[in-house]
Amino acid sequence: MEAAAVIQSLKDACPEAVVAEGVNAIDPWVQVAPLSITKAAAFLRDTPELDFDFLMAVTGIDLMGLEEGVDDLRIEYHFYSYGHKHTLVVRVDLPRGEPVVPTLSGLYPTANWNEREAWDLLGIRFDGHPDLRRILLPEEWEGHPLRKDWKEGPTALGFETTRQSFLDLIRDSK
Amino acid sequence: MTEKVTGVEEHADPHVELVEENGDMVLNMGPHHPSTHGVLRLILSMDSEVIGKLTADIGYLHRGIEKIGEGIPWQGFMPYTDRIDYLGAMFVNHGYALAVEKLLGTEVPARAEYLRVVADELNRIASHIICLGSVTMDLGAYTPFLHGIRERETINDIFEEWLGARLTYNYMRIGGVSFDLPSGMKQKILDFLDGFEIFVKEFNNLISFNEIFVKRCANVGVISREDAIGYSLIGPNLRASGVDFDVRRDQPYGVYPELEFDVCVGRGIKGTVGDVFDRFWVRIEEMLQSVRIIRQALAQMPIGPVMGKVPKKIKPEKGLSAHARVEGARGDLFTYVMSDGTVNPHRIHLRTGSFTAFSVVEKLAPGMMIADLVALFASLDIIAPETDR
Repeated sequence: MEAAAVIQSLKDACPEAVVAEGVNAIDPWVQVAPLSITKAAAFLRDTPELDFDFLMAVTGIDLMGLEEGVDDLRIEYHFYSYGHKHTLVVRVDLPRGEPVVPTLSGLYPTANWNEREAWDLLGIRFDGHPDLRRILLPEEWEGHPLRKDWKEGPTALGFETTRQSFLDLIRDSK
Repeated sequence: MTEKVTGVEEHADPHVELVEENGDMVLNMGPHHPSTHGVLRLILSMDSEVIGKLTADIGYLHRGIEKIGEGIPWQGFMPYTDRIDYLGAMFVNHGYALAVEKLLGTEVPARAEYLRVVADELNRIASHIICLGSVTMDLGAYTPFLHGIRERETINDIFEEWLGARLTYNYMRIGGVSFDLPSGMKQKILDFLDGFEIFVKEFNNLISFNEIFVKRCANVGVISREDAIGYSLIGPNLRASGVDFDVRRDQPYGVYPELEFDVCVGRGIKGTVGDVFDRFWVRIEEMLQSVRIIRQALAQMPIGPVMGKVPKKIKPEKGLSAHARVEGARGDLFTYVMSDGTVNPHRIHLRTGSFTAFSVVEKLAPGMMIADLVALFASLDIIAPETDR
């Protein structure tokens, strides 16, 4: 099914969910209100004509620095259907102060780890997630490094993050 | 006389209890363990030899490659993609190149597309040999692994002469490839393929149909079709569970539509669909299909340039984003790129096969014997740096 038709059927089924759409983009996308994401995903997965059974990726993006005055966090869910071979990108924009979105791990088991990654690196919280812990970084890590305003501190996990240049060391020893 | 053992408390991991509340023993497998093929850690709660619960701990090889990508120019990220998957660097190269070409709308010359296919498929053979070899090695047979390494060495030699690197190729460019085939290389590849088909027969006689090996693999670690799709298993792991999907055929890229090949799906030839043996066998069949593809690609390859027209400074339009999918050795590799209108990317994201394959282990492990877990783990072909990025 064409992306425009998919987006139209989503709009017909849950009109309150769809906030914006981009049919002519490189990858056609539809933006969904954060609290409607579970309903929209359930509709996309369970409708036989759509049958989006494969959640390809959960990508967290920090929009800071892209446009003047916009500092939201965004999640892009890439859905694919093995049966119908069509793709859809679903976007959710979240305010930086409180980036919370319902989890999809009940619908797609793979969302469990992918959402943990988004929490770990971007600090997006997934409401109702069974086990929202850091996955790639150690538990003691401070901050979420893929946020654009994250700055490396002088030490990390007890190690210094900068070191003297080797040439300076030689010069000092003389 | 008993001496009080000191120092144990300080060395014990503060995150892990030694005995669970229900009396199960906690066993720590990894991060340095021969069968994890890299730095991965599994925390197992054991009731005698049966696993009660498995907790995976990854991130030991996290190098923040996505963060690095945000600080360097578009072209500069290519060598980093090699480091994501050291056994299948060509696919990560290809995925990233495709995604950026999609942003820019770049045309890739026909010869470069064919060269990409030849490089990809040779890399697929090399990667699958290592996977098959390590499955057998983890189950106690050392010789097949060495036979496999011997064949892979020839591929490494071919790559070394062709593009100057044995593992971290950095071969693809945004808009083409870096080198054409050197003279005489075509014949060398064809000679290798002839020998390789004989090798696969040898390998099958040596191990694939070995009674003991089959008994260790058949009906072990069965992944159902629903689990395979739900947990986003991809590539050979997905096909072994009976899902007939291949990016090269169903979401074609490059010149794959002009090449003829079969998609190999698990049929449960020695046990159940989706067991360890199916994953092993799908890879063997795929290597033979790769041989078929390389022969066609070398025969059809036109003469011409290997680089398209790409500006020196790549600056895709602000706010554009695109994703690309490539059928890598570990499956449908997903690459996402987003531009902010400068020479550096705004965001790069990769969803790799090992990451999702690892997540299904937590679901499957309860109730398995620990020796079967090793077989399951090996058959999923998990590469630690690819999991962590």
